[in-house]
Amino acid sequence: MKPLDPRLVRTARAVRVHLAVTVAGSVAVTGLVLAQAWLLARAIAGATEGMGPDDLSWVIAAVAAVALARAALSYGAETAALRSAARAKSELRRRLVAHVTGTRANDVPGDTRPPGPGAVWLSGQADPDQGTGAPRAGEMVTLATRGLDALDDYFARYLPQLALAALVPLSVLVVVAKADWLSAVIIAVTLPLIPIFMALVGWHTQARTQTQWRLLNRLGGHFLDVVEGLSTLAIFRRAKAQADIIRRITDEHRRTTMSTLRVAFLSAFVLELLSTLAVALVAVEIGIRLMYGMLDFETALLVLILAPEAYLPLREVGARFHASMEGVAAAEQVFQVIEEPLGKTAEDAAEADGSAATAPLAFAAAPAGAARIRLDSVGLTYPGRKVPALRGVDLRIEPGRCLLLTGPSGSGKSSLLSLLLRFTEPTSGQILVQDPRGDADWIPLRAVPVDAWREHIAWVPQHPYLFDDTVAGNIRLGAPDASLDEVRRAAELAEADAFIRVLPDGYSTRLGERGARLSAGQRQRIALARAFLRDAPIVLLDEPTAHLDPDNAAAVRTAVTRLLEGRTGIIVAHDTGWADTVDTVAHVHEGRIGTEVLL
Amino acid sequence: MTDTAPSSTAPAPGRDPLWRMIALAWPRGTRFALGVLLGALATGSGIALLSVAAWLIAKAAEHPPITALSVAVVATRALGVSRGVTRYLERLVTHDAAFRTLADVRVRVYERLARTEPVNRFRFGDLVSRLVSDTDATQDLLVRGLTPPLIAVVTGGATVAFCTVLLAPGGLLLGAGLLLAGAAVPLAAAALGRGPGRRQAAARGELSTALVDTLYGAPDLIAYGAMDSAVRRVAAADDELTRVARRDAVLLGFGAGATALITGLTVWATLLLGVAAVDGGTLSAISLAVVVLTALAAFEIVAPLPAVAARLGAVRASGERLFDVLDTPPMVASPRCDREPPEVSPESGVDLRIRSLRVRYGPDEPWALDGVDIDVPPGRTVAVLGPSGAGKSTLAAVLLRFRDPDSGTVALGGTDITDYPLDQVRRVITGVPQDPHIFASTLRENLRLARPGAGDEELWEALRRARLDHEIEAMPDGLDTEVGAHGMRLSGGMRQRLALARALLASPRILVLDEPTAHLDPDTRDAVVADLLAAAEGYSTLLITHDLAGLDRVDDIYVVADGRILQHGSHEELAAEEGWYRDAL
Repeated sequence: MKPLDPRLVRTARAVRVHLAVTVAGSVAVTGLVLAQAWLLARAIAGATEGMGPDDLSWVIAAVAAVALARAALSYGAETAALRSAARAKSELRRRLVAHVTGTRANDVPGDTRPPGPGAVWLSGQADPDQGTGAPRAGEMVTLATRGLDALDDYFARYLPQLALAALVPLSVLVVVAKADWLSAVIIAVTLPLIPIFMALVGWHTQARTQTQWRLLNRLGGHFLDVVEGLSTLAIFRRAKAQADIIRRITDEHRRTTMSTLRVAFLSAFVLELLSTLAVALVAVEIGIRLMYGMLDFETALLVLILAPEAYLPLREVGARFHASMEGVAAAEQVFQVIEEPLGKTAEDAAEADGSAATAPLAFAAAPAGAARIRLDSVGLTYPGRKVPALRGVDLRIEPGRCLLLTGPSGSGKSSLLSLLLRFTEPTSGQILVQDPRGDADWIPLRAVPVDAWREHIAWVPQHPYLFDDTVAGNIRLGAPDASLDEVRRAAELAEADAFIRVLPDGYSTRLGERGARLSAGQRQRIALARAFLRDAPIVLLDEPTAHLDPDNAAAVRTAVTRLLEGRTGIIVAHDTGWADTVDTVAHVHEGRIGTEVLL
Repeated sequence: MTDTAPSSTAPAPGRDPLWRMIALAWPRGTRFALGVLLGALATGSGIALLSVAAWLIAKAAEHPPITALSVAVVATRALGVSRGVTRYLERLVTHDAAFRTLADVRVRVYERLARTEPVNRFRFGDLVSRLVSDTDATQDLLVRGLTPPLIAVVTGGATVAFCTVLLAPGGLLLGAGLLLAGAAVPLAAAALGRGPGRRQAAARGELSTALVDTLYGAPDLIAYGAMDSAVRRVAAADDELTRVARRDAVLLGFGAGATALITGLTVWATLLLGVAAVDGGTLSAISLAVVVLTALAAFEIVAPLPAVAARLGAVRASGERLFDVLDTPPMVASPRCDREPPEVSPESGVDLRIRSLRVRYGPDEPWALDGVDIDVPPGRTVAVLGPSGAGKSTLAAVLLRFRDPDSGTVALGGTDITDYPLDQVRRVITGVPQDPHIFASTLRENLRLARPGAGDEELWEALRRARLDHEIEAMPDGLDTEVGAHGMRLSGGMRQRLALARALLASPRILVLDEPTAHLDPDTRDAVVADLLAAAEGYSTLLITHDLAGLDRVDDIYVVADGRILQHGSHEELAAEEGWYRDAL
């Protein structure tokens, strides 16, 4: 890991400003350190020569001035650093969010590219049959909030010390060399030894720690595992017996950690030892030469005061190293995400084959008559997978008809919904759509603007996501300007009005994070209300009643039947429980679609 | 589950959690004292090095014979070495002591938890992991919270005393400077930081909620064309957080500025006093050099202290949460008498009879179970069916002795279960809880939990009955397969079957299966229920479920809603009669 990530400097303007301010501040601090040493040496030597406070008044006054200036400088530096850190964090956060949602950061005005599959992939929907994306979304949230806060220390404490570590030793060396070359030689020899020894020790420690890492990890996690499993232990009457095991494992953990620490602390030991020993050597050397009259008192004092200053920034950098590396690691994680390609968006694909320009925008403006949809030997293979999720699917969806897709989990039926929602694009074959009125041409779906297409669709996922907003706000998801009456009407149709009314604030009740207030069946009905309010001609339903208890399932079933009236519907379910609601049933198995059964 | 977390009614002991945490660490006090001594020697060495060196040079300036300097020369070199060595030893000693304390504290916390079994607090994984990290915070208290101030007091006292001997006003001045920089400034900075901390936490919370909604809800947002407005909400929250942070930076810079100011002014004032004293003849020139350079070096003592205030605050918060859990009274009262459970032969089994059982989670809470009568005759399979929130899991908690009934009886072979010691009941009744914990160990260890010392044949027999034997035979390491944290290397169905095999190994008389199919997808659900019921053949079994899969195989079904029994009968009877069950079919 580098101490200063060049990508961090390149991407965030706030970082460049901060670096300039930091370097300027460090130059000033270096000057003040040298001035203070010189002034103190001058004053003490003067007093030794018999000068009184009056003779030395300007020197003493200057010491006070230096003290004030250093205080002002450290206050200013800390404040400025925290301000830059806030700005840099914000820049990184926005890039991160823009990247993973497929939107653009607002520093690129006029770009209205619709959200791409990045965000969909994140929450594990793009590959619904084996989606594992949700944990990544959690990681992103942590990274964008608390993870990036580690940059505070990095900016406010580490970078300034790094600049000082480069400036102060060199300046001290120059000044000491002018005053007393032998001391300068001692400092010049020991200074570079410190990083060399630390690197050697660090290298050795790392090899050693890595071999113990797994063991440490296992021992470290044991206590958590036992406490989490306490009720299981209790059931099997093993709870009390575990106390001894906890002590044994924790002791083993201590012994292993201590043997690692004995080596790990060597690095700090080398730093302390060399820097202090060097000062001691300089002190003895100038003391003896002073005794033989080869040096004057004031110069000797100046060298003695400056010698520790040469090592101080190095020690500070060492002390802040680990805390700051957290900041660097967080930034690195952000860059890793930002630089990871997320695959083509629907629009990119359209642009690539030149069809975007010829897309008949009229389609978007067409009245809510449902399109006729045709899948021509559509295949889909997710990036990084060998086995295709769908292969050679031919399917025709007629306006106003309802199709049930059944099949075991992992068969590819949810992937079909993803294709229709254009969360992902077919890797072979194509999807065509046709305006049902008159005899319009079949148009490739990829030529239709994504946003316009999605306006024709209402989707009720298996696990609808509810936002930390009011009930009404959640229902308005696809129709932000709908009036409360319209919202209520949609909720009534979705069999949701009754339970919403008894919530503490009715439609104004906040649902809490991820809709924590509601049961699975209620959440499903809120999602149905969204679909009613959206009033789209095509409705996609994914396992609408799976995992619901009978009462809730019955209510959802009533609402779904109502929603499907006069609309094109596609229901995905693992069994044929919906068969009497639909017109056609097709079985999906291992990415292929079986024969359709007309009912 | 209907269970809401019980309100913490524990009497809050008046003592500060910080003191209680220190009390936990007290047995290792000697080691920490040694650590403080070594640390004081290390810091002291650094300061003494400069004082001795100043004396050496000032003395050398008088061109004395070399013998006059020899002691100082040796002392300077010794101090140059001792600082590094003592610091290294100090870190080893304090860390070792902290780990030893950790072992003590973990055992104490665990023993307390094992006694009270506050399992209902443990349903949420993050609470448990927080409890564990709160326990581990004791290490921080000692290494980073208590050791640095103690070292500062020792070295600060010694340095001030030394300077006072040379120049009384200078020494007192240094003492005041150190106190200000070491105590007043960190405290003031912490006080100033509280407001910004609160404001930023609030702004960060808003941002975090907006981000969670945007990232987790992305498919819904995109499908409904609402992603742009969600991203705008994130941007607005981000703006607010950045604005607050930039504004508050003005307050947060205080500590750094004030420390630098006090350091500089103390050195200045010492110089001023010293020069005047030399002029007045009350201080030798040599002592002037020593006093000024000592003052210059002395502020190293207080450098670690600003971090301490923040650390202690965090540790106190940890302590508060920790003791809140530890002070929870047990949910289960001790048995009234120490009775042996009825001895029964495996063939005959034992009769479980529940009468007018009522349970609630607090005096103001609704009844989770409100007068329930259930019979589980020996060897029979009984299902308790109901929607989520019906009180089914409360029933499981009562049977597994995690809760006492508020009224009514649960009789095991004719005697109330509250009359037996807990473990005696669990020898007879055991089962698979709703979220069985799989330990991060091998399959063998996970199974042996239920029967320590069981041979491989017994383990395989249990696995066979749970229909897990073929899958495990196919694994290269067989029973020695590591299952990973929470058994994550196994599929959901395998975890459920492993938990069942474990329950079978315990060979109870009554098997309680609490929602064995929750978290399983519909395809594997039916297979798991069928296997569970087949494996439970011969046991008295109580199957608790919200789902009708497999209920045609059980002997008796109780339909529960809102804590009461709505219907009771066999599958055929219930399917024929008007009511909830038939509607649900």
